[in-house]
Amino acid sequence: MRNLCLYFQVHQPFRFRRYRFFDIGNEHYYYDDYTNESILRKVADKCYLPANALMLNLIKRYPGKFRLAFSISGVAIDQFELYAPEVLESFRQLADTGSVEFLAETNAHSLVSLKDRNEFKEQVQLHVDKIKKYFRQSPKVFRNTELIYSDEIGAQVAEMGYEAMLTEGAKHILGWKSPNYLYCNAINPKLKILLKNFKLSDDIAFRFSDQGWSEYPLTVEKFVAWLNQIDKKEEIVNLFMDYETFGEHQWEGTGIFRFLEALPGEVLKHSDFVFVTPSEVAANLQPVAAVQVAYPISWADEERDLTAWLGNELQQEAFNKLYEQAWKLEQVKDPVLLKDWNYLQVSDHFYYMCTKFFSDGAVHSYFNPYQSPYDAFINYMNILSDFVIRLNALVPQTGIDKEKANLAHILEEKEKQIEKYKAEIERLSELINTSPGKFEEESDRIMNNGGAKKVRTRKAGASSGSGKKKAIEKKGEATGKKSRGK
Amino acid sequence: MFGWEFPPHISGGLGTACYGLTKGLSVYNDLQIRFVIPKAFGDEDQSVIRITGANQVELGTKDRDYKAFLEKIQFVEINSNLIPYTDPDEYYRLVNQDKSGINQYIHTTFSGTIDFKGGYGGNLFQEIANYAIIASVLAAENDFDIIHAHDWLTYPAGIAAKQVSGKPLVIHVHATDFDRSGGNVNPGVYELELKGMHAADKIIAVSNLTRETIINKYGINPGKVVTVYNAVDPIDSDLSLSYENRIKDKIVTFLGRITMQKGPEYFIEVAHKVLQKMDNVRFVMAGSGDMMVKMIHRAASLRIMDKFHFTGFLKGEDVYRMFALSDVYVMPSVSEPFGISPLEALHSNVPVIISRQSGVSEILKYAIKVDFWDIHAMADAIYGILNYKALSEMFVKYGRKEVEEMRWENSARKVRQIYNTLIK
Repeated sequence: MRNLCLYFQVHQPFRFRRYRFFDIGNEHYYYDDYTNESILRKVADKCYLPANALMLNLIKRYPGKFRLAFSISGVAIDQFELYAPEVLESFRQLADTGSVEFLAETNAHSLVSLKDRNEFKEQVQLHVDKIKKYFRQSPKVFRNTELIYSDEIGAQVAEMGYEAMLTEGAKHILGWKSPNYLYCNAINPKLKILLKNFKLSDDIAFRFSDQGWSEYPLTVEKFVAWLNQIDKKEEIVNLFMDYETFGEHQWEGTGIFRFLEALPGEVLKHSDFVFVTPSEVAANLQPVAAVQVAYPISWADEERDLTAWLGNELQQEAFNKLYEQAWKLEQVKDPVLLKDWNYLQVSDHFYYMCTKFFSDGAVHSYFNPYQSPYDAFINYMNILSDFVIRLNALVPQTGIDKEKANLAHILEEKEKQIEKYKAEIERLSELINTSPGKFEEESDRIMNNGGAKKVRTRKAGASSGSGKKKAIEKKGEATGKKSRGK
Repeated sequence: MFGWEFPPHISGGLGTACYGLTKGLSVYNDLQIRFVIPKAFGDEDQSVIRITGANQVELGTKDRDYKAFLEKIQFVEINSNLIPYTDPDEYYRLVNQDKSGINQYIHTTFSGTIDFKGGYGGNLFQEIANYAIIASVLAAENDFDIIHAHDWLTYPAGIAAKQVSGKPLVIHVHATDFDRSGGNVNPGVYELELKGMHAADKIIAVSNLTRETIINKYGINPGKVVTVYNAVDPIDSDLSLSYENRIKDKIVTFLGRITMQKGPEYFIEVAHKVLQKMDNVRFVMAGSGDMMVKMIHRAASLRIMDKFHFTGFLKGEDVYRMFALSDVYVMPSVSEPFGISPLEALHSNVPVIISRQSGVSEILKYAIKVDFWDIHAMADAIYGILNYKALSEMFVKYGRKEVEEMRWENSARKVRQIYNTLIK
């Protein structure tokens, strides 16, 4: 009995709207609702909904035998909630079968693990809370954004209490070793490491519909034959991929859904592999060795490193400027600001600023809303500038900021007061036009001082300032009108 | 090679490009270039090529049937006072000068040499025709393998030389009238361009943008049109470093002819937008042109003249001084076949913002590209470069490297390959 572990990543970022520098300080809404909704709806209809329906079907057809795992980023869940609640419902149905495991990750699908320990921990907690809320599971296995992993990050994850973590079976890490075993963290051996078999995973995720590929077309028979060719001693094959592979990266017309539909039957019938979830792997298998990863790796591109997100100066600048703010957030309770903080961290923003695709000519334009990396950078920095202004207003640090916050507060109060007076003047001038008699009455009452109270009660809810001041104001108004009348 | 201008007597990019290309070609020892311009002033750089002024070529001493030549090149004799290619400075001078030139030409023709004024004056079509006559004479008297004509003014000369000698003709399109006029094409110019393109054995376009224009607007067989990008000469680094910026404000620069083609009005609108948000920035519009007065009025009515400066036409060293002072260079051209100046700016370590409607945007990676009409994007890009240090640092670091790799030798190699296919 050997193990086949299927894991799918579900993520959609909140894309920012075009945010010009004139908006800084004036406009605090950052998101392109139309794009976000239309992309999410499109992917939901083409991928998430049909794929989930198929998965549910397969689980019912092979009860207890077809098992798989998902990681759904917190921002994706937020978007499902907003734009496609039926997708959440279909994931919940999958969760209820007991054959599906949900993994923990950072709520914002962020790169925070590279920067800030505390913030990392908090974000994972946010995500776990969401998973508990929606799928009634508490994750035991962790997967980091884009499978980013290093010994250091692994140790932190172990500290948080996770049993296992997923990452890429990168060649430059493994060397002669095979990804088809269970490994453990080099610092804390308690944390088990599952490595992606990138050859077989990418055969499905990237090469499935590539007509230039020598193995095209890929059939389940062929794929299972490859599984069978794997050395009998090797214990596990980890197939990790984006869930959008089904129906989005590989369109329905390529036959990807039929491939998926036929896979479990063929595997169970013609091979000695069984389907397992990551936590079952961690429980059942013994790690064969520690895997040494001194520098962070990811599952992206040929290099399997971080250069897609932090490879150039623009990305590093934006990333550093963002996390310079982290300590201020500890004092913030405002939910809107916290939400923006979360969405600012989404790794995709940094991905859009990548310039390395200049060289190989392959433009990573998949759902990229920007025409160039510079566009992406400027837009991001404009938004970040505005965010920092708001943050500083809430969490004044320097003397100037405090003064500013104070003055802003006073200004706001005065504004309110002026509004109130304006309304009052309007009311009175209306009165003088419609029924001068009543106006006389009113002005007398105001001058008698006792009237102020009555005015206040009549203007329900709107006033709370000093009645006396108002009265004086109105008196002036009244006499003015009178003299004009003469 | 036929060209209308050559440094130092230039009005724009054409002369610079001709010079760069011929210099690039000079590495080939088996290649000799004779460059014919209407009027040789004598101070041209002749170290690498031989410059011939059409005004020095003698006609009258030889017994020759000029009528036959004239018949062959009949079509260039357009009796017209059109002023199609207006170099603005030249134009202003022209307006104030007497128009007796026409008669003078007729007198001097056939009497020995023809007098050329050069530039882009009012009798341009007459000069073009005369220039073509000289070309046919040169073609008959000299031995050569290839005729290479730069831009429409010299196409008749190229055609004439080809008709006389039967040698292959290469036409080098630095701009079309669609670029210069913004759509209101001068039919006379269009006709010359069209004839040149049809007569040519090969057409060199300075960008794919221009190549598309040639194919779509002039109906030329795509197989005949090849793109060869321009390049830039490395400038003396001492020169650009020797100017220190004494002004504390950031400087955003527009440099070029102030004509519709270059989009100066967009630059002003953008300046206005940026100045609403930023205080420590100044805008400079360097150059002159027929739209300059209008631009000054516009800037004044926007009340930004305290931060917006006009320098007039800049020449030679002043250009580098201007670059050295600049923090951003903006080229909002409405239609720019190539556009060498952004490359020069990058050479001087100035980040650039260029319009997508320019040929140079096809090859520059480390530059911000915007549509010329999108003043919001342009303003945002300027703000971004001035405020987010990482961006300008990146452009300076990689942009300079990038332009240093764009050498005239590379362009020349491609031109040489084209020659080789034609000579066989």
